[in-house]
Amino acid sequence: MLAPGQKVRVKLDWPETRGPCHIRTPHYLRGELGMVVRHLGNRPLYHIAFDLAGVWHEGESGDEILVELYEHWLEPA
Amino acid sequence: MNILETESDRLLTAVRALLTGKGILTQEEISERIAVTDKGSPAQGARMVARAWTDPAFRARMLADGAAAAEEMGIMMRGLPPLGVLENTAKVHHLVVCTLCSCYPRGVLGYPPFWFKSAAYRARAVRDPRGLVGEWGTVIPDNVKLRVVDSTADYRWMVLPMRPAGTKGWTAEQLAAIVREGDMIGVTVPHA
Repeated sequence: MLAPGQKVRVKLDWPETRGPCHIRTPHYLRGELGMVVRHLGNRPLYHIAFDLAGVWHEGESGDEILVELYEHWLEPA
Repeated sequence: MNILETESDRLLTAVRALLTGKGILTQEEISERIAVTDKGSPAQGARMVARAWTDPAFRARMLADGAAAAEEMGIMMRGLPPLGVLENTAKVHHLVVCTLCSCYPRGVLGYPPFWFKSAAYRARAVRDPRGLVGEWGTVIPDNVKLRVVDSTADYRWMVLPMRPAGTKGWTAEQLAAIVREGDMIGVTVPHA
């Protein structure tokens, strides 16, 4: 169970290159650093916040991207 | 080509016949689901927003569980994904996108607008959201955080916009009339 405020990194993994699969982890967040905001519902699913400028390496920080990610995609950072 | 006899139409007819033939669903259940889907429209979401603006207890329930709040207003959410509600404040503005496909809170907003499903909207929403909403004439002040919510998994998200100035004393019906689909996606904000 991940706690709000915990720093996590999205796995830099590409399961789709190993065969057909259904993935709900967007490409643009693989390998990126985020922060747990809260647990969602009754599955191992979390709202993770990412610094928008940090993800794209452009612009000024302040704005953020909030994404639902499953726990098995997240590593402590 | 006769558009009434497309491949997809024949496929749909075949699937429906199999579902009913095998006793998985009845014709009535299919018709009921089509009727429920057709009832979804931005007017439903606007009713929820207007009530949240006028009823603080409902607002709290809606932020805690959007689907339960929708059901409370007579909107059928059975069989739909959970609904989350994102509250805009003086400090944060929310913008909803689904970069992977076109996840959308259909029970409360109906079918998504055509641009919501476009590759351009989906790509720009997560990379240049301020520039994107600027094309709707929406300016998010620099001291307001813009939070882009990418609906990637289980939930569907709608935005609860801020009640605009100049609406003091308005009834919920008057308020609902000024809330548009874009206000609940976050590309626009409502005006009196």
